[in-house]
Amino acid sequence: MFGLNPKDTRFLLIVIALTLLTPILLNPFPTESGLAQFNAGYPALMQRFAIYGLMAIGFNILFGLTGYLSFGHAAFLGVGSYAAVWMFKLLSMNVIPAIIASTLVAGVFALAIGYVSLRRSGIYFSILTLAFAEMCYRMAYSVLTPITNGETGLQLTLNDPRILDGGEAITSLPVPGLFGLQMTSYSTLNIAGWSFTFSVGYYFCAVVAILGFYLSLRIFRSPFGMTLRAIKSNQQRLNYTGMNSRPYTLAAFVISGMYAGLAGGLLAAMDPLAGAERMQWTASGEVVLMTIVGGVGTLMGPVLGAGFIKYCENIFSKINEGVLHGWFGFLPDGLEDLVVWIFARFVGEGWHLTLGVMFMLIVTFLPGGLVEGGRRIAARYRNRGKSDAAKQPAE
Amino acid sequence: MGILEVKGVNKRFGGLQALGNVNLSVQENTVHAIIGPNGAGKSTLLNCLVGKLIPDSGSVMFDGKSVLGRKPYEINQMGISRVFQTPEIFADLSVIENVMIPCFARRDGSFRLHAIETVEREKDIIEQAERMLADVKMLDKRHAHAGSLSRGDKRRLEMAMCLVQEPKLLLLDEPTAGMARADTNNTIDLLKEIKAKRDITMAIIEHDMHVVFSLAERITVLAQGTPLIEDTPDNIKGHPKVREAYLGEAQV
Ligand SMILES: Nc1ncnc2c1ncn2[C@@H]1O[C@H](COP(=O)(O)OP(=O)(O)OP(=O)(O)O)[C@@H](O)[C@H]1O
Ligand SMILES: [Mg+2]
Repeated sequence: MFGLNPKDTRFLLIVIALTLLTPILLNPFPTESGLAQFNAGYPALMQRFAIYGLMAIGFNILFGLTGYLSFGHAAFLGVGSYAAVWMFKLLSMNVIPAIIASTLVAGVFALAIGYVSLRRSGIYFSILTLAFAEMCYRMAYSVLTPITNGETGLQLTLNDPRILDGGEAITSLPVPGLFGLQMTSYSTLNIAGWSFTFSVGYYFCAVVAILGFYLSLRIFRSPFGMTLRAIKSNQQRLNYTGMNSRPYTLAAFVISGMYAGLAGGLLAAMDPLAGAERMQWTASGEVVLMTIVGGVGTLMGPVLGAGFIKYCENIFSKINEGVLHGWFGFLPDGLEDLVVWIFARFVGEGWHLTLGVMFMLIVTFLPGGLVEGGRRIAARYRNRGKSDAAKQPAE
Repeated sequence: MGILEVKGVNKRFGGLQALGNVNLSVQENTVHAIIGPNGAGKSTLLNCLVGKLIPDSGSVMFDGKSVLGRKPYEINQMGISRVFQTPEIFADLSVIENVMIPCFARRDGSFRLHAIETVEREKDIIEQAERMLADVKMLDKRHAHAGSLSRGDKRRLEMAMCLVQEPKLLLLDEPTAGMARADTNNTIDLLKEIKAKRDITMAIIEHDMHVVFSLAERITVLAQGTPLIEDTPDNIKGHPKVREAYLGEAQV
């Protein structure tokens, strides 16, 4: 089915099911329970999972398959957001033309940046992409203010032309939508103590992310994907075998840039504003971390990595000193202050410290990322089950 | 006129004259061996043929066209495949994938974006690769990780990768080095078989005289970057100059 073999089809169907059930799966704790703060099933967070997951999927096509490590993909994310907001301002609040424009504009940028950067490989390539992204960031911040609105960021205004659906005077800012269905609308389902929110915004992102995942699956299984892996393995050999590695890497670069642009468009579709900080190098670094934490070169890894990091960000940055005092209140006063002081460095604004520690632990003990962790657990589980019976063959 | 014409090629590395006025003519559909002591410049000569190095002066014509200034992939597309002295394979790919890549290169040229159809559907390519692997007796290892193969198997795999392209000119840089005797003999038989089956020209660098005399129709002896002599195997065997420069030390 879907042009895939049965194993991949099953894999894809599982991913689709999990994605569609996310609002339920990520809300395991009843609303009133103390653990409810660890729930992740609310639209704003789930949207980020899907959007950054999509970006990481695309990044993995470049980094995972060819081994070329770009440190500039946030530039495409930012460009995508600007393109989308401009579409909202000029054309229509419909998200479809907006995300198409994001993808295409990011593709053009990726073509130009990739064409130059791919003349080098290894660390020089990474530095070039970093430099280009930093340039884009600086320009968005200052020189290109007429297009990007500089420091303030690009926003909707009451008198945007919107040639397709503007016209009548409005008193409040319009909301992006899909043929009349507003991205911010949602319905809530209350069952016993649980409360699940199904929002249009999340499901729109989820569908786009699933399509992106499906495309990446096809690319991984295609001759093109195999050639990209050959580039990572031995680029010299590939050239002496009659293939020109340059257009292959450029194609991978442009495709992954377009994924990032699409992700940027979705960010704007969820919240129609675009700022230069989205292009900062820390944002480029984040997608690298997501891919490595999840598992470089694996299909699911980048998505898991993106979800993991965004979830941790959400949890850790919510915790403040007040919360910590609540947790450690049982300790004697002096000790309590000390412990709270130490933990406070790792939460809230300081959550990046926690991210750094987690990253080091994962790279050291699980070089294959979360996917490898999953595999190890599965292997242990299988070994235990082996004594029962060799009923089903291992997958 | 040979299919490969090397004229007056010079190559210096700093103070070292690696190739000095090399002339070489390889006739179509022959096996031409290039022998010579270590450091004679044999691999350097091959590097000049496949675009890895550009000679300081001289010309290299293949099939009537100059190869100088062309990229390695262009030269390969002209019909020259090379087996390297140290095996160059895709270590992270499976054995069969290693052979499928050159099949794609041959069918689709230097670039074609096949991003959607799965590899599994490329029945022709898979069949072609499997037939080739059967020829080098590696079909049973087709799903193995190429990086985990033994050194001899890596060489055979690399040879399969070159042969499956059906090149007009096959360059072999010590293809049997590090192989067991039995594998060496298998390799000789394989190359003979290929030769009997279709038109192919081979230039082979080899230290193993058993291989050289089993296959070669012409032999060029290279010493200190300059061809010493070029003749038939029978004449080379008895040549005093060659014994002195090379064979004496090789026949330990
Ligand atoms: N890229 C290079 N830079 C500098 N010197 C080189 C380079 N390549 C080869 N040489 C030198 O040129 C000389 C010829 O080397 P080459 O590899 O062609 O010898 P060879 O005949 O293939 O020897 P062997 O039988 O050991 O493979 C050697 O002295 C080598 O050190
Ligand atoms: Mg050599």
